[in-house]
Amino acid sequence: MMLSLDLSHTTGAFTLEARVEAGAGITVLFGPSGSGKTSLINAVAGLIRPDRGRVVVKGRVLVDTQAGIFLPPWQRGVGLVFQEARLFPHLDVRANLLYGRRWSADPATDGDVARLVDLLDLGPLLGRRPRHLSGGERSRVALGRALVARPDVLLLDEPLASLDAARKAEILPHVERLRDERELVIIYVTHAIEEAARLADTLVLMEGGAVVASGPIEVLTARLDLVGRFPADQAGAVLTGRVVAHHAGEGLTEVDVHGARLLVPRTADALGAGLRVRIAARDVSLGRGPLGRLSMLNRIEASVLAIAPHLADDGMVDVALSAGGFTLVARVTRRAVAELDLQPGVAVTALVKSVALDRRSLARDQATGQT
Amino acid sequence: MPDLGFGLGPDEVEALLLSLRVACVATLASLPLAVAVAWVLARCAFPGKALLNGAVHLPLVLPPVVTGYVLLLLLGRNGPIGAFLDQTLGVVVAFRWTGAVVASAVMGFPLAVRAIRLSLENVDRGLEAAAGSLGAPPFWVFLTVTLPLITPGLLAGAILCFAKSLGEFGATITFVSNIPGETRTLSSAIYTFTQVPGGDGAALRLTLVAVAISLVALVASEVLARRVAARVGGHDALA
Repeated sequence: MMLSLDLSHTTGAFTLEARVEAGAGITVLFGPSGSGKTSLINAVAGLIRPDRGRVVVKGRVLVDTQAGIFLPPWQRGVGLVFQEARLFPHLDVRANLLYGRRWSADPATDGDVARLVDLLDLGPLLGRRPRHLSGGERSRVALGRALVARPDVLLLDEPLASLDAARKAEILPHVERLRDERELVIIYVTHAIEEAARLADTLVLMEGGAVVASGPIEVLTARLDLVGRFPADQAGAVLTGRVVAHHAGEGLTEVDVHGARLLVPRTADALGAGLRVRIAARDVSLGRGPLGRLSMLNRIEASVLAIAPHLADDGMVDVALSAGGFTLVARVTRRAVAELDLQPGVAVTALVKSVALDRRSLARDQATGQT
Repeated sequence: MPDLGFGLGPDEVEALLLSLRVACVATLASLPLAVAVAWVLARCAFPGKALLNGAVHLPLVLPPVVTGYVLLLLLGRNGPIGAFLDQTLGVVVAFRWTGAVVASAVMGFPLAVRAIRLSLENVDRGLEAAAGSLGAPPFWVFLTVTLPLITPGLLAGAILCFAKSLGEFGATITFVSNIPGETRTLSSAIYTFTQVPGGDGAALRLTLVAVAISLVALVASEVLARRVAARVGGHDALA
């Protein structure tokens, strides 16, 4: 593991107790505000001193309370991008970018910087002051500034939380490119499922200062015991598939997900490219028997794995479905369960409108794309 | 002394130049220490902090004559510090212009500390944390992030210290007396002229000069602070 962390820390009434292992690629810390995501990141960056625990990055011990090791932040080689960008207001973009170069153990060359400027489209901004930048531009500069220092680990603390959807769409591809270009451990904090679904190689679910579960996003989002941890409109399985055809005339793209075929709105991905599809539980309808003619293009034959009523007793239940190689979650009413006589083992057809699988539900999947 | 015009006599020019020299040296000398003390007061928590805070602000509340007398007791030739300086370094400040600098610096110090401390407390600590995460050690963060961001406060502190120094009378006259050409500053000179028959004209001229210098200093600091604030972005000019 390139980053392993095991620590506990108490401030006031809040206790953080977490174990996280992360490899190269993006580990997303996901959870509501106050779940300890930022505290965890701050412990890695050295901004808080944990009561007990160990943090190791690429074999280098950053914190070991038993051995009395606590490296100060500036000796950690850990890059940190804050939600508010925190650019130095008295320096222009170029000086902001180069700030960390002087102290880097392995300083970025002019060529590295030029490539980064290219990668993040910073060229036109170099002479400007931070206060003349838009929110999205600030985020990009902050990202670039952290990378010029060449960290072993890049911590991104809700870097997009203050941006609107358009600005987010502007930054996310850059983060993806970083993941693809460098052997970098990236820890990404967010409470937005679209960002998690799009970026996460590993998902770490946090709540109340503890790690509830961690693992591949497809697995975690399909677990009924975890469905309730996601906000109601965000619960639902993330599937990984591969683009097999474009139906240009109809504006549709066909994706193979473990043998099942999904039709989604047209994407720009090449044939064979990996694609992640997030199917929100409330967008999945269930049917039994012959269905007749329906407008829902995606019909997935599956069998009921388990049914879990909501703790809140709001008349809804979550139904886990096994569809061969993958698991799907459907959110339906209790009445529907009774009318369809749904029970574990029953064969059903899961129905999903292609319209529901919009851009925010789709993301390029690097791992699948490479294999 | 050459006649610099403005209708000032040689004595008056002498007092004016001495005052400017004393004020400039006092300001420059006390500023670095004021930054250090302001930093300690703004950032550190330690037992006895209230005591340090009190000691720094004492000259602000004590009658200036008392401060001057304490300086005389400590730094006079027979005082514990004065004797030590005289014997080891051969430095004597009592009844010298350097003594006037010390008196001015001591009186202006709390004003400078206050301005700089306020400014320091307004600095976004998050920016310093960001600099640290980029690998910069604390002293470098202070030089390249904190110091530039508190420049408006530094300017305000310097101007207050300078103005206090120009106007300083009680502590100076008690500590270093009123020796023409050595310790007779602008304020002492005005006082002296008001005490002699026919000195009204000179007192009035020097008064106008003092008003002019103070106004120029005030306007200059305002302009500079604005310019710096615009460069730093967002922070209030004399915060």
